[in-house]
Amino acid sequence: MNLRTPLARARGLGSAKDGVGHWLAERVSAAALVPLVIWFVIGLIMHAGADYEAVKAWIGHPVNAVLMILLLGAMFHHAQLGMQVIYEDYIHTEWLKVGSIYATRFAAYLLAVAGSFAVLKVAFGG
Amino acid sequence: MQSDNRPLSPHLQIYKPQWTWVPSIMFRFSGGAITVGSLLLIYWLIALASGPEAYATAQSVFGSIIGRIILFGFTWALMYHLLGGIRHLVWDAGKGFVVPTAEFWAKVVVFGSIVLTVLVWIAAYALRGAA
Repeated sequence: MNLRTPLARARGLGSAKDGVGHWLAERVSAAALVPLVIWFVIGLIMHAGADYEAVKAWIGHPVNAVLMILLLGAMFHHAQLGMQVIYEDYIHTEWLKVGSIYATRFAAYLLAVAGSFAVLKVAFGG
Repeated sequence: MQSDNRPLSPHLQIYKPQWTWVPSIMFRFSGGAITVGSLLLIYWLIALASGPEAYATAQSVFGSIIGRIILFGFTWALMYHLLGGIRHLVWDAGKGFVVPTAEFWAKVVVFGSIVLTVLVWIAAYALRGAA
């Protein structure tokens, strides 16, 4: 026999109330990525077959370095948000789902920071 | 929660391929592929930051036959996700949900991404000759 009221049992089992934030962050990062990806792909085309010094000059230029770091930030944030939705849809074992989400999130931020550090090293001529 | 033995709705392999859902699952798949492929971008940046020898190694990896095939696939996934993503943003604005409209733009995204991918590679090879 359960002495708790139906309302008490239902409380806390609904939405986590943070879905809109996730949804919006996915869209805003997507909107930012449209021009950034176009910029990067055109840059890659322009530097196809270019040597080390030319590519270093391209990525190391202040404007390009800033855009590249913005691309990495938006891209890995977006990737991590998108992968979370995929895991939530297909993984039905709670610990595996949550573990996958956080492992992906850690990996995404690790890669974003490593990539940004590489860009800064190129830009500052280390 | 009770998630182990719940009945699930029929999945992808049950349905006849249609212009609504096939491009939709391809959009999700391309996003996952780009996420994995992003490792290549970070490797490329780290190689560039590490010096001429490391960058030469990266160039030989990306320039190999397998490297080029993977990069070609990466280009397509990126173009597909870019076009499909713009389509999703239009949907988020509440437009384009009528089935004939949705199917038309699905075809634009599928064939447009293939055309863009080929154009990117033609342009890259053309400029490679010029440089």
